[in-house]
Amino acid sequence: MPFDETVSTFPEHREPLLITLSSQGKNSRLVPEPFDAGDLDDLRPAEHLPVLPDISEVETIRHFTRLSRLNFGIDQGMYPLGSCTMKHNPKISEEILSRFAAIHPADRRAMQIILSSIHTLAGFLQEICGMDACSLWPAAGAHGELTGMMIIKKAVKAVGQDRTTVLVPDTAHGTNPASCSIAGFITKNIPSGPEGFVTASLVQKHLDGDVAALMLTNPNTLGIFEQEISRIATILHENGSYLYMDGANLNAIMGISRPGDMGVDCMHVNLHKTFGAPHGGGGPGGGPVLVKKTLERFLPVPRLERDSSGLFHLSLHYPDSIGMVHSTLGNVGVLIKALTYLLSVGPDGIRKAAATACLNANYLKKKLRETFDLPYDTPTLHEFVLSDRKQKDAGITTMDIAKMLMDAGFHPPTVHFPLVVPGALMIEPTETEPLRELQRFTDAMERIAEMCRSGPGSVRNRPQSTPVTRVDEVHAARNLVLTWKDAESIGSEQVSK
Amino acid sequence: MVIPEDLLYTKDHEWGRREDTSLRVGISDYAQSELGDIVFVELEKMGTRVRPGEKIGTVESVKAVSEIFSPVSGAIIEVNDSLEQSPEMINTDCYGDAWMVLIAMDDPTETAHLMGAQAYRDYLEAEAK
Repeated sequence: MPFDETVSTFPEHREPLLITLSSQGKNSRLVPEPFDAGDLDDLRPAEHLPVLPDISEVETIRHFTRLSRLNFGIDQGMYPLGSCTMKHNPKISEEILSRFAAIHPADRRAMQIILSSIHTLAGFLQEICGMDACSLWPAAGAHGELTGMMIIKKAVKAVGQDRTTVLVPDTAHGTNPASCSIAGFITKNIPSGPEGFVTASLVQKHLDGDVAALMLTNPNTLGIFEQEISRIATILHENGSYLYMDGANLNAIMGISRPGDMGVDCMHVNLHKTFGAPHGGGGPGGGPVLVKKTLERFLPVPRLERDSSGLFHLSLHYPDSIGMVHSTLGNVGVLIKALTYLLSVGPDGIRKAAATACLNANYLKKKLRETFDLPYDTPTLHEFVLSDRKQKDAGITTMDIAKMLMDAGFHPPTVHFPLVVPGALMIEPTETEPLRELQRFTDAMERIAEMCRSGPGSVRNRPQSTPVTRVDEVHAARNLVLTWKDAESIGSEQVSK
Repeated sequence: MVIPEDLLYTKDHEWGRREDTSLRVGISDYAQSELGDIVFVELEKMGTRVRPGEKIGTVESVKAVSEIFSPVSGAIIEVNDSLEQSPEMINTDCYGDAWMVLIAMDDPTETAHLMGAQAYRDYLEAEAK
């Protein structure tokens, strides 16, 4: 482990924009022959061609390979970012998607293959979640939350009520209150119980005629199963309120227990977490929303329908729908990848993935709980939260530990979240990691703790083996510099017709 | 941990200083040290009416974004605009120049619900366990 010496193997390197490398005639690749698309009344050629770089294949590959070396990804090493489920992205999904990518949206026959595939995916998700209907279009988790809250808003209005409050526990993802606000609700924060989960009696205290819903993540961001969820659902329903579940942590329970059976009315899943599509780097993601029968008529349009001849089509004829939330078919590539994942691992596979994810996390927790502070001792599933309390006296904080891990070849865990734990380190290894890698991680953590005791000075100013070493986060946040270049203006200088 | 004897405190770590029938409000030394380096502050506007537990501002550090709550009912009659330019003052002088708002209280006896210095010290100790 390269802790003992100062190494910086990366020269100062600024990667140019592709557009600045452009020169006429470099791109000699052939464009596919047009197919007969039949009647194309609705489609017209673009009036202005976009400015695209004219560049050879090898330059393109080198550009992206160089960029990837400046980055850290799951293909390089363990990425235990809590509540993000950074699992392996199976390469078969890329391979299968590449076949689908050749289908043009105007090719109606070929599009049947896409529509029937995503219809199959919707059915799988409904079965896994125990829900009745699904909209595949939301582009990611927070978008799914917003869609779900808009559905609940509309459902409340539909019965002539004007409920404005949504309850959100203090362990929630920050996107939960944001989604509530954008959907027009007022968020009321409720504390979770002393053991790290929300209790029914606590929810009861906050219930009144103004509460439209409770947003609950299960298991929550402490990795703890919300064991009173069914009772909570019952008292919410008695109050005329809905239960929304943030499905961000579905990886811990898929194939084992179903949110629909717990009384959840509306939820989203993250295809880029739970179902193996790539995650991070700004997307694209997939955040399908699932509902019970009572909320189905409010789902976004278009709705995917199958006629008597077995053909699929998209329908806008749903007068109670909240409307469109994305251009047609959402991030369809992500949907195909999620379907590929599900078909390749099968029902037993997802159950095994969930069990292994929980086992891996509990292995790490057991190994690390003596050396690091474990603020909640309630049994956990796929992730757990440590704190820097035992290292703080030596002047070492969570941020130092996280940065140090980078020098050992790991992506840091989620830090300073959930907010209920000061100095939180939230660790989620996922089912991806083999035992050897888990051991390498605990070795690194033990070594860091040892260095905190013996020579805390050597822990600061890390990392040193990464392309960018320790950054001054305070300076960066206080003196924000946005860099932006207009492709058109660069293009007009560099790109010839 | 500095806890001035002459101030009043909330469980959310705001402090209040009685000034006649008004209350000057900021965040405690404990709060600023837990938050770490403050990089951004946004305060409610002059004239905003608040009740106990309602937001008087938002403080962002490199760790997290936190809301600051009013200890009492009343109207915001002064806002410390200089914090917008110099949010780091909260880290260096949380009980002095880094006050946040002055609230004209509806009912000055409402401060009876707040903690004194000793009670706040005990509260912090209990929280740490």
